This record gives sequence, C-alpha cells and structure tokens, in this order.
Amino acid sequence: MILRQIAHARAGDKGRLVNISVIAYLAQDYPLLVHQLTVERVTALFAADLTQSVTRYCIPGLQALNFVLHRRPEDSVTRSLRIDAHGKSLSFRLLSLPLHPADPE
Amino acid sequence: MRTVRIGAGAGFASDRIDPAVDLAQRGQLDYLVFECLAERTIALSQLRKRQNPALGYDPMLEPRMRAVLPACRKHGTRILSNMGAANPRAAAQRTIEIAQQLGLRGLRVACLEGDDVLAHAPSFLPFDDEPLPDSTQILTANAYLGADAIAQALATGADVVLTGRVADPSLFVGAFLHTFSWSQQDWNRLGQATAVGHLLECAGQLTGGYFADPGFKDVPHLERLGFPLAQVSEDASAQLSKLPGTGGVLDLQTCREQILYEVMDPSAYLTPDVAADFTTLRFTQQEQDRVHVCGATGRPRPDHYKLSIGVEDGYLAEAQISYAGPGALARARLASSILRSRLEHLHPEQLRLDLHGVQAIFGESASPDGTPAASTAEPSEIRLRAAARFRDPAHPALAEQRAAELTREVESLYLNGPAGGCGITSSVRHNIAIVPGLIPRDCVRTTVILLEVP
Repeated sequence: MILRQIAHARAGDKGRLVNISVIAYLAQDYPLLVHQLTVERVTALFAADLTQSVTRYCIPGLQALNFVLHRRPEDSVTRSLRIDAHGKSLSFRLLSLPLHPADPE
Repeated sequence: MRTVRIGAGAGFASDRIDPAVDLAQRGQLDYLVFECLAERTIALSQLRKRQNPALGYDPMLEPRMRAVLPACRKHGTRILSNMGAANPRAAAQRTIEIAQQLGLRGLRVACLEGDDVLAHAPSFLPFDDEPLPDSTQILTANAYLGADAIAQALATGADVVLTGRVADPSLFVGAFLHTFSWSQQDWNRLGQATAVGHLLECAGQLTGGYFADPGFKDVPHLERLGFPLAQVSEDASAQLSKLPGTGGVLDLQTCREQILYEVMDPSAYLTPDVAADFTTLRFTQQEQDRVHVCGATGRPRPDHYKLSIGVEDGYLAEAQISYAGPGALARARLASSILRSRLEHLHPEQLRLDLHGVQAIFGESASPDGTPAASTAEPSEIRLRAAARFRDPAHPALAEQRAAELTREVESLYLNGPAGGCGITSSVRHNIAIVPGLIPRDCVRTTVILLEVP
C-alpha cells in the first residue's frame, strides 16, 4: 500500500522553500500519517535536493500534515534549471511512499 | 446582517478569463479580485517600464478589463487587482481609455503607488537566513503592501483599484476592512479574513483546479471550471461557493488543500496585516459545492514589510530533443554525453542534462525508500533536455552568446548526433532572480491617485 491510497497532497512554493501538505481522506487515518510520515522518512525521500531536514507541522483540525522542504539557493523557483522549477510534482513523489502494512496504530 | 460578496477572477497572470466574466455577470458581487502578479513578474515588469515608461503593467490588463468591465459596471461590482504590476498609474490610464471606448462614463479608477522601494536599498534587511544580495546586483525592489493600502484606495470611491505588489490575501482583506471598518489590531478577525483571502487568491485552485487525480479525486466538468466566490460576514466567517452550472468541485478536500497551499508554518502565516493562525480554522460542508469557514485566529502583524528583490541572474539556455523506439534510452544517453563534451568549453555556471521519462523530475533514485522501481521496462520515448545558466557580470553580451551556443549545439544533434533525433526546441532568456528581504514600515509611503472617465 502506498500513501496515495489514504491521503491526498498539494505542493506549493515560496522562493527556496517548498511545502507539501498531506491530508488524510478519512479522519481515522490521520494518526497513521502522524506515525509513519516521520521527519526522518520524508527527509530521506528528498535528501538529494535539501540543505537541511524537512520541517513537519501537524494540523489535526484539518487531518493534515504540512512538510517544509529547504532547497539550495540555485534551486529557488526563480533560479532553478529544473523542468519543475516550482516543485509542483513533489506532492506525488511523497504520495508514492509505501506505508508499513502492520502498523501498530 | 451585513455581508460582502467577493469573487476570485484570476489566480495568476495567464488565468482563464471566461470564469471571471461568468462571475461578473451572475455572481451579484460587491467585489471581483484579480490576482495576477507572480514573484518574478513584478521585476520583469519593472524592466519593461524602464524600456517604455508607458508599459510595465500586466499585458493581459486590456483583454480582462474589456471582458468584465461592462458587467461589473452594470451590477455595481468593484474590481481589485494587482495588474498594475510595475506601473499602476499607466494601468489606470489604460483602463480609463478602455472604459471610455466601452461608453462607461463616470467610471472611477484608482491606482495605488508606493510599493517600489528601490530608492531605500540601504535600509533593506535580510529575511530569515537569506543573505541580502550585493547592492550592485539589485535591479528592482518592491514591498508587499497590505490591506490598509487597499482600504485607502477604496475610500476614494473608486470602481476599479489597480496596484503593484500587494500581499495576495490582502487584496481581499482590504475589501473587508473597507466594508466593515474593523480595528486594524483585531488580530483574530484579521487572521480569519486572511484565511478567506488566502483560500480565494488562487481562484480555480479552490474549486477543483490543481486537484484532479482520476480514480482518487475526480472532478466533474473540469473543462468548464468555475471560479469561487465568498459571502463574508462581519465576523469574517464566510460561505465559500461557486456559481450553479459551472464545472469543478468545492468541498472539504479542495478547501484543506488550498488553505495549506504555499503555507510554511500554518500557525503563523505572515502578511502585512497579521500573523494568521490556520490551525484553529474549521470547515463545514453545508451543501454540494458550499463550504463554511470560520475559526482562524491571529497575532500581531510583522514589524516589517516583506520585499521582493529582483537581482541579475545571467542568461538561461534551454534546448530539448526526443528519441523514440528501440534503443531510445541508449541513443538519448549517447546524445547527452556528446553534449556534455561539446559544451565544456562554454563554462556554464550550472548545467543540467536530463532524460525525461527516466529521471528528469524525481531524479535517479526515483523510487521511494531506495527500493527498486516496480517496472524496469525501458521507456519507448525519451526527451533529452539541456539547461544551463551563463553569467559574466562584466560582459553580459558574452554570456548571452555562450547561451546561444548551447542551443546551437543541441540543434546540431540532428546531423551530428545519434540516429533518429527529432523535435528540437530551444530558447535563451535573460533571467531575473527574486530574493526576499525586509524593509522598515516607515520607509514605505503609499499614495492613491483617482482618475475618472469623462
């Protein structure tokens, strides 16, 4: 099972920063997101492009997590040579993350 | 109970015009807001204005105004927009001319000035951990103005308000501030109002745009996506909806995605008006395509205005070529290595050679957690893309020549590269990068000029 089956996500950009919100379709799955989408795991997924660990915010009222990614100065939205300068596709990279099936939650 | 009806007519410069016309005609709106100014657009507009003082406003101003002014005039809907970009005064003059041609006698158009703060460069301060650019590299600097400046412009009685750089949600909050005469220290109300403005500022992104994922998030009739409107109460709570018969969807999922869009710390979303806290916010689906939002809170506004500083970033060259069929990957890789060798003498400051269909977007380790990709089948079509930055501050013309040389090297792959290369495209552009900064509030003076159609 991958994250996309229980959550949706949206990526946004602000200069060097990209945020990815991850929102549980069902409120009952929110604790699973909190438990499995750790700072370590999400940082590892994007490590090649980051200058520091991701920052994670929990918003239970929206059954959502918000991750902030710090990119290199040459990868800011107005400087990046990438085809996806904004990082708009990164939400789908996160949604492809496998979930551990036998989660204690 | 007094309410304000406000619609989102555009979420970016290239947005579709028809949904805004629909809102103007059927929305019974008090305000229609067009947010059209991206981070870099203001800097590019400043450079256009330097070449021609009559330009520097949004090139789409004219088609948008022609499309919506008649209906807005008929229904008493006031227009707010940052389409003034680097030249709100010229934008206002152009709008007056357009209104005159449309026979809209007596229409009043205000322009808001004061966001251009380049002259105050010595007072600039760094934003967070971003170093300020070298002063010789600064081309433009604009402060993000707030809702108070919008309210100031509306107080003139203008039917249309055109601005330069304004914080996106503040375009909406300014209309609420003008209508309800809130205290500008009522942080909770300003926080909730900012939530409403933030939800609306990207227009179709609240109603099913940037959302559809077939089989997971299906959106009905995305091809005729309707833009959102809000009925806002004096306590800043709001009913979000879209016009009957339009495509798209407005539900808890689209609202949750959009309230967090481009948000870093959701408990401190900073605008010139307030530090808004979205973690206390509540959405309630009232009926199909109608969501109630309330409960966002706020804390005192930041002491400084945020700046958008435009800096010289050299020339960006980009060129692409495709390979298809058996051996496409091997031929694309061969072309890539040939290019790397042929481009070496040009000394780009930065170079990317990407294989689209293989690793261009997510990188080499595209599978999460380092597990092998599910399918190792070779893609049958691959696009090779070369992108590079060339910089030579002392000799910009030489940097531009080297950028053009890159595009010629890709084009020459037709005859001097692997078999079957096709579909080359290329471009070179002068790049202005944007870096953030801060400026003390007392360096910024806003003024409003009101024009009227004779």
